[in-house]
Amino acid sequence: MNEKIRKASRHTNQNEGLIFEKSSPGKRAFELPPLDVPAVDASKALGGAYRNEGVEGFPEVSEIEVIRHFTRLSTWNYAIDLGMYPLGSCTMKYNPRVNEYVARLAGIATEHPYQPQELSQGCLKILSMLEKCLLEITGMDAITLQPAAGAQGELTGLLLIRAYLQKQGNPRKRVLIPDSAHGTNPATAVIAGYEVENIRSNADGQVDMAHLHEQVNEDVAALMLTNPSTLGIFEQQIPKIAEILHAHGALLYMDGANMNALAGVTRPGDMGVDVMHLNLHKTFSTPHGGGGPGAGPVAMKKILEPFLPVPILVEKEGGRLALDFQRKESIGRVRAFGGNFGVLVRALAYILAYGPGVRQATEDAVLNANYIRKGLEGTYDLPYTRPSMHEVVFSDAIQKKHGVNTMDIAKRLIDYGFHPYTTAFPLIVPGALMIEPTESESKEECDYFIDAMKAVAEEAEKNPELVRTAPHTTRVRRLDEVRAARKPVLRWKPSVKRSEAAD
Amino acid sequence: MGYPTQYRYTKEHEWIEAKGDTATIGITDYAQHELGDVVFVELPAAGSKLTAGKTFGSVESVKAVSEIYAPASGEVVTANGELQNKPETINSDPHGAGWLIKIKLANPADVNTLMDAAAYEAYIEEKKKEASA
Amino acid sequence: MRYLPKSPVERQEMLDALGVNSIEALFSSIPEAYRLKKPLNLPGPLSEAEVIRYFEARGAENSLGYSSFLGAGVYSHLRSVVTDAILQRGEFLTSYTPYQAEIAQGTLQAIFEFQTLMCQLTGQEVANASMYDGSTATTEAVLMAERVTGRRRVLVARSVHPEYREVLRTYAKNSGLTVEEIAFGVKGTLDINGLKSALKEDVCAVVVQSPNFFGAIETLAPVAEAAHSAGSLLVVAVAEALSLGLVKAPSEADIVAMEGQSFGLAPSYGGPFVGVVASREKFVRQMPGRLAGQTTDQNGQRGFVLTLATREQHIRREKATSNICTNQALCALAATVHLTLLGKEGIREMAEQNLAKAQFALGELEKIPGIRRSFPAPFFNEFAVELPRSVKMLNAELLKNKIVGPFVLGSAYPELSKHALVCVTETTSRAEIEKFAGGVKAALESPL
Repeated sequence: MNEKIRKASRHTNQNEGLIFEKSSPGKRAFELPPLDVPAVDASKALGGAYRNEGVEGFPEVSEIEVIRHFTRLSTWNYAIDLGMYPLGSCTMKYNPRVNEYVARLAGIATEHPYQPQELSQGCLKILSMLEKCLLEITGMDAITLQPAAGAQGELTGLLLIRAYLQKQGNPRKRVLIPDSAHGTNPATAVIAGYEVENIRSNADGQVDMAHLHEQVNEDVAALMLTNPSTLGIFEQQIPKIAEILHAHGALLYMDGANMNALAGVTRPGDMGVDVMHLNLHKTFSTPHGGGGPGAGPVAMKKILEPFLPVPILVEKEGGRLALDFQRKESIGRVRAFGGNFGVLVRALAYILAYGPGVRQATEDAVLNANYIRKGLEGTYDLPYTRPSMHEVVFSDAIQKKHGVNTMDIAKRLIDYGFHPYTTAFPLIVPGALMIEPTESESKEECDYFIDAMKAVAEEAEKNPELVRTAPHTTRVRRLDEVRAARKPVLRWKPSVKRSEAAD
Repeated sequence: MGYPTQYRYTKEHEWIEAKGDTATIGITDYAQHELGDVVFVELPAAGSKLTAGKTFGSVESVKAVSEIYAPASGEVVTANGELQNKPETINSDPHGAGWLIKIKLANPADVNTLMDAAAYEAYIEEKKKEASA
Repeated sequence: MRYLPKSPVERQEMLDALGVNSIEALFSSIPEAYRLKKPLNLPGPLSEAEVIRYFEARGAENSLGYSSFLGAGVYSHLRSVVTDAILQRGEFLTSYTPYQAEIAQGTLQAIFEFQTLMCQLTGQEVANASMYDGSTATTEAVLMAERVTGRRRVLVARSVHPEYREVLRTYAKNSGLTVEEIAFGVKGTLDINGLKSALKEDVCAVVVQSPNFFGAIETLAPVAEAAHSAGSLLVVAVAEALSLGLVKAPSEADIVAMEGQSFGLAPSYGGPFVGVVASREKFVRQMPGRLAGQTTDQNGQRGFVLTLATREQHIRREKATSNICTNQALCALAATVHLTLLGKEGIREMAEQNLAKAQFALGELEKIPGIRRSFPAPFFNEFAVELPRSVKMLNAELLKNKIVGPFVLGSAYPELSKHALVCVTETTSRAEIEKFAGGVKAALESPL
């Protein structure tokens, strides 16, 4: 093993089949208390709807086998709890354990969304407190906590804009999106009933104002801007962009995916943003959990408030909180019930732990990104040189000369004990390496990372094949994605027994 | 791989071989190479109308989807059904067994306005230079 | 701050390495006028003990100590402590979407197992890696039917969850879909004649829920036959997934949209839950959401990857099949662990207990003069009853006895103003059911 690999070492993990392959009839891992009412003949009660044969194929295993199965699987995952997870634009920060604890408390996890509001004052107070905190952080006037994730937040935001414009007589036709944007922005715009127009970035990675001027007219409903952009650069022209849009009666939507660069330092609401979503699973530390659940609250200026999804939270006399469903101009619901309450609880726990000190987290996140940028500048190509905020985007231009691309470098980083950065995004940087360390990394971990990246760059030059075939230390090697896509196998099926196959 | 001289080519990297008022359409070797391993092809049903320059289907690799544009207007006679089970044919034999559709041309003379093999090869040389610059 | 791993000395060392005097310098690209001059007005900072105290105090202001007869799309079920123990392993909890397959095999294999379990339950051939919840899964199923058929009219049963229908309308409004509702008949199930007269060759999907919002189990075969004869797809929504332990799989459906909250997820005041879309293999390329697929590595070892990704927003951008990125992976893992624990026998036994308790509760209520069952169709763990007086007034009385009464059907169906939707699961004891029935009797006997 390469002596430069300081953080990781090989460890043994165990083989484990699919749970279905361990099943044997008659084993069980769960027992119910005895039935305390007369048993019912299900075939009689359900008639033709009765499921005679039970659920065919369901596993039959014991409790210890369940524990071992999932524990073994877990050892095949990399996680924030193991080390730096520098996925750009994903904000993989520490997920505090107390947040998990409070979200599971009796009286919190046990509550039913339809229970009487007088029995839900605790839940409503949590929602109200979170609303106030997020409004303070964003500088906005009104907010909905209903959207289940960032993409649904985007949709909610655009539907609010649409409803607002519709009320003025014309919902308009187009949404402008910079070419550096995340793929959800255009996908969302289409679902909201708009055509998408791309706006170019200039050589500095900022919005090309000439192109914006050219594209903006009375047909444009909004511009969706990510700030800081996916290049990790603060869009300095944002007040000007807002002004141009407003002059044409259009609104400015901000994708808040990168709010971890701004919280406590500046507020989108002060810069002319009309509506934005937040990703609580990014900036506010709720766990990604292998890809969800998230939550995507949408904060807005007063002008959009009448159109909020129902229900909205209102304060009655005596401080009693209530849900108001009677909103004539509402865009309707985007999700059943009130939203991902359990995620909202965790986000509030995070904010309460920091208080105004949330600014320190932002500062440390930006400090880490710049420290890594400084450490790797020269070793890796930096296509955009404006100051970095919470993340930095390099390209593989130097390593490409040796036939090594961003994906190869990313895979080799695994051998050094790190999760890869985001590869090949944003699209405007060919061969991008998008690195976001977050505030959760110590100086020591940042130093390890810089050393690892430098070592990989050296290997790319001297032994490119080693990098191209990485990772070398993982349980499985690079997987055949072509095979998976050509002949999709998307579920386990029992193998045909030999005797049957012979028939 | 050579580019058959009896074919005509588009800037979007489709080829077309006309015989009388019918024609066969596919994507070029350059296109399959750029796309990588093809995993899925979406083609129109017989009877569908094509308009020159408009998309009529798509070819997918693991991480990209590429639209296919009609080199000429006409009506689909048949689509290459073999590709549903063996999309990799597009990679191994793009100018032959990897053909996509056969059409009845609306106006056979239109095909002659497209690039010939020499012009197309010059065009992709230019593309390759741009990419490496 | 306890979450931040840097000492003041280390911060200074890092600033020195950058050659800047203060942290302010790193924010120079933000125009001065927009930089905050004073700290945010936020509560805190709180220590861990204070955070816990805050949420315990909020919990105490909720419904602790009450029995509940609410269902209506969110169900209380037993959950093993094993599920949370697995969920709280950092390797699952603190990992991202499994794009780097070599170091995400744990998540990927668990998703593959989830997809398999969902197929087994629903009788469908493929299931996705999950959606936000049942309401958005139902909407996504309709959008999928639109892509498959190229048609733009949707017929949705009024007996589908009212909030699922609201979400569908929100999405439909701007995508050119027309949504029409089909009434329910005297049995509490879909009015098949109403469906037949509304069905034309421009309908992409017929949407029913089973058990439906009134708890009634729909007879799917004739609905499927009617839908298919018009070339439409049948979408079956399932809000109480545990019913499938005892109720026939909706294999007549072309698309199943399911809420999996009953499988190991707490009610949690409405979320996070886990939706699923399952369908036929031939429609897989029109399916929304992520899919894990089996493949091999270069040594021939079995492994799993996210596959058919070209359907997704990060590649298709404005041509994507859906704008959803997250797949509720941790909730899907909860369902996978929970169902693995239950197993073939456990899910059946749990479902049987629900059925038995609901039947018992109905029997107790039917003994009370003036109460009658609203609909005769078979049900699982939820049923509607008609009362001689307002359900709201009854519930106010029950509340005094620490009982959260049934869902007020009149709030969503004006014509059912005196009808209540009663839910009883395996978590409700016989004593609670008897106390509830006693409370109802007393309330109805008391003068207005």
